[in-house]
Amino acid sequence: MSGTTSTIVNLPDQRTATMPKRDYLNNEHGLLSWLFTGDHKRIAILYLISITFFFFLGGIFAGLIRLELLTPQPDLVASDTYNKLFSLHGIIMIFLFLVPSVPATLGNFLIPIMIGAKDLAFPKINLLSWYLFMTGGVLTLTALVTGGVDTGWTFTTPLSTHYLNTNVVTAATGIFIAGFASIFTGLNFIVTIHRMRAPGMTWFRMPLFVWANYAASILMVLGTPVLAISLVLVALERTLGLGVFDPTKGGDPLLFQHLFWFYSHPAVYIMILPGMGVISEVISTFSRKRIFGYTAVAFSSVAIALFGFFVWEHHMFIMGVSNYSALVFSLLTMLVAVPSAIKIFNWAFTLQKGSITFETPMLYAFAFIGLFTIGGMTGVFLGALGMDIHLTETYFIVAHFHYVMVGGMLMAFLGGIHFWWPKMFGRMYPESLSKLSAVTSFIGFNLTFMPQFVLGYLGMPRRYHAYPPEFQVLNVLSTAGATVLGVGFLLPVLYLGWSLKYGAIAGNNPWQATGLEWQIQSPPLTENFTEIPIVTQDAYDYEWLANKTEHEVTTVG
Amino acid sequence: MHISPVLWQFLVKWLHASALFPSEASTIAPYTDALYFFLLLITLIGVVLVGALVFGFSIRYRAARNPVATQVEGSTLLEATWTIIPLALFLVTFVWGALLYFRIYTPPTNSMNIYIVGKQWMWKAEHPGGQHEINALHVPIGRPVQLTMISQDVFHSFSIPDFRVKREVIPGRYSTVWFEATDAGTYHIFCTQYCGTAHSAMIGDIVAMSPEDYESWTKQSTSGMSLAQNGERLFASMGCNSCHSGNAAARGPNLAGVYGSKLQLANGSQVLVNDAYLRDAILNPSQHVTAGYAPIMPTYQGQVSEDGLIDLVEYIKTLDNNYRVQQTLTTSQSDKVAPTTPGMVKP
Repeated sequence: MSGTTSTIVNLPDQRTATMPKRDYLNNEHGLLSWLFTGDHKRIAILYLISITFFFFLGGIFAGLIRLELLTPQPDLVASDTYNKLFSLHGIIMIFLFLVPSVPATLGNFLIPIMIGAKDLAFPKINLLSWYLFMTGGVLTLTALVTGGVDTGWTFTTPLSTHYLNTNVVTAATGIFIAGFASIFTGLNFIVTIHRMRAPGMTWFRMPLFVWANYAASILMVLGTPVLAISLVLVALERTLGLGVFDPTKGGDPLLFQHLFWFYSHPAVYIMILPGMGVISEVISTFSRKRIFGYTAVAFSSVAIALFGFFVWEHHMFIMGVSNYSALVFSLLTMLVAVPSAIKIFNWAFTLQKGSITFETPMLYAFAFIGLFTIGGMTGVFLGALGMDIHLTETYFIVAHFHYVMVGGMLMAFLGGIHFWWPKMFGRMYPESLSKLSAVTSFIGFNLTFMPQFVLGYLGMPRRYHAYPPEFQVLNVLSTAGATVLGVGFLLPVLYLGWSLKYGAIAGNNPWQATGLEWQIQSPPLTENFTEIPIVTQDAYDYEWLANKTEHEVTTVG
Repeated sequence: MHISPVLWQFLVKWLHASALFPSEASTIAPYTDALYFFLLLITLIGVVLVGALVFGFSIRYRAARNPVATQVEGSTLLEATWTIIPLALFLVTFVWGALLYFRIYTPPTNSMNIYIVGKQWMWKAEHPGGQHEINALHVPIGRPVQLTMISQDVFHSFSIPDFRVKREVIPGRYSTVWFEATDAGTYHIFCTQYCGTAHSAMIGDIVAMSPEDYESWTKQSTSGMSLAQNGERLFASMGCNSCHSGNAAARGPNLAGVYGSKLQLANGSQVLVNDAYLRDAILNPSQHVTAGYAPIMPTYQGQVSEDGLIDLVEYIKTLDNNYRVQQTLTTSQSDKVAPTTPGMVKP
């Protein structure tokens, strides 16, 4: 890092800089002050700690799965254990990490500040949602330690209702309860964004991060209840023999899949949309430029949310659904791919004529763009009816959704955590180590999941404990990649922890970014703003920021 | 540069097996691969384009070279471009994919039919000629084969990667898939839908044989009783023939020639009688009452296995007159020995 041209990092003089005397972290002390807090920022931190725990728990399962698949023979664990490993990996990663990841941590922390509010609309409901999430998490852990669950994360009937002796009801109850955490968070965001914007903060002056979370919130509120219903039906069928899904009682086993995917397809947009919001903020900041086609990016989030509700049957093309309904759902699937393409190109053109620097969040954003492009395009493979027949239920689909969920969402999450870390804790992370970890994750990720596309086309089915020996080379590559990826994910925990105490003091606006969150102290005060800001500028208005900075210097000087 | 001999052997073996693409062993496979290569191509173009934009702009407009950014609002023309071109490509993909889907899921009318029953954790194949296989399926090359499949317990999925075909095997409902093998050889059958403990052991071999080999295999492997013959026995032993006797005054409708016909039901609707209808009518008769008959048939839910149902369906399919029904009826009511096919076991 030499000179002022290769970096925009603008830190206060470290010899004289001090952390603020009062902020949301040291305003109150003691565990109870955290457990009973109504502060959206503290709740965000509670969420951050909890989901990090669940992420590494799910990651350990992933590691064991890859270790088992190193050899074709089922030699590391028993088949039932293997089935539990991938089920818990899926359940934990999706319901306890990906769904809450960006909204409940970064969204919770930033949305009120970004729109100039002192908190979310319902602070107590916000806290309640964390308790519900933890209850769901604890129940899932209970299911785990009392023998596990081996339904897969999809809870497919009649396997889950009649043929398994594991803790299906406990795990389903856990997810049911965690679902309400998600509904409450979504509801809170929607009301806050509608009702609590600062004077002058019109809809089209909001940062795109807020738009993306708004779209995801709509999905959470409308979609999650359907998941809740289908899980309740599974539990009732399992305990009371209800018969909604049981063909021998006149039920329809496919109905479960319709209900499940009616939530779980929009759920992938719940997971990815907030990540896209992060990318918009990061790209703009590090190219010092307004997002190209702001309205197109904003509306593409809404379009994804709308179309996302009408594509669920593409998970069921081979399941004997009517050929003509398959046509409709395939067409809609093609349409939902368009807004994602629009976003990608708008981000790319934001770089044009910018003044680009390559700090860690930007590297994660680049990784996101590359990996999400591959993830999105391979989704088109699966949306094409005839192609889906060969590819579905194989490792191709595993690779596809990991490209979107890990390559896309997790990279966006890590980018966002690095980007707002100085705001959240007032200290910088170590730059070169974090760049190293970003590059390591990118390489490890591709090495892990690229071979899986090939495996999928060769026909290797997903959720296989043992596989024919000719698939071994590609599996060895994938496992090797997973090791690298693991290192890439472990590093940030270590150096971010270190930085809490030893990181350079960041000051208010280390990135010289335009968002309202960067105009207040880091870490912020409990009430965010000493006076409610009056917004006169658009989002990403770097000229306004330059004027403001000049003005501040003259008044202080 | 030194490569470890173990790794080298690995690589050589791998390249020899051409491990990037499965072999094309059915008439469908080339069509699927063509679409796959088209999609790979547009993915490659997309990734290269996005990569070129991101890296190109990153180099051209890096802060060291371009210290001050020029603010740009956006461009309607560009927005339209990257809406319309991807949309057009996706629509081409949609049409191509749909055509392929209909090709894979529309069996030719002259295809031979084999039944598949999936259960935890094995595949049972039932040939109409009375050959029964477990975790194996022998088929002739050069002839379309239709599989009529059903699961006895949970969802399974029947996948033959080298043929590029796959279809879910569903509890309580027939699903079908077809293929025409082109190259003799042994290929994998996988269950691709997670189905419990031994999911990954629910695999088998599909053996595609020349018509002559297939002919001799058929002769050697028959159990001696065709599915229809099994069905006939079941039809008599369960007493079906006492109502479905074919007499004008019988309590049940005449089943001769019913397969493939349009049937008027008591509830006013008209149905095409196919395998699925026959199976449902046996298990759930009150919902499938033929017009003009009283709803008196009891349900056979839980009394007859999926294999038995297949036998019954096969038997009803072959009924074009009531001669055999009458015969079995007389046989079951008297002690006289029925004129059976050689090797047939008396019920």
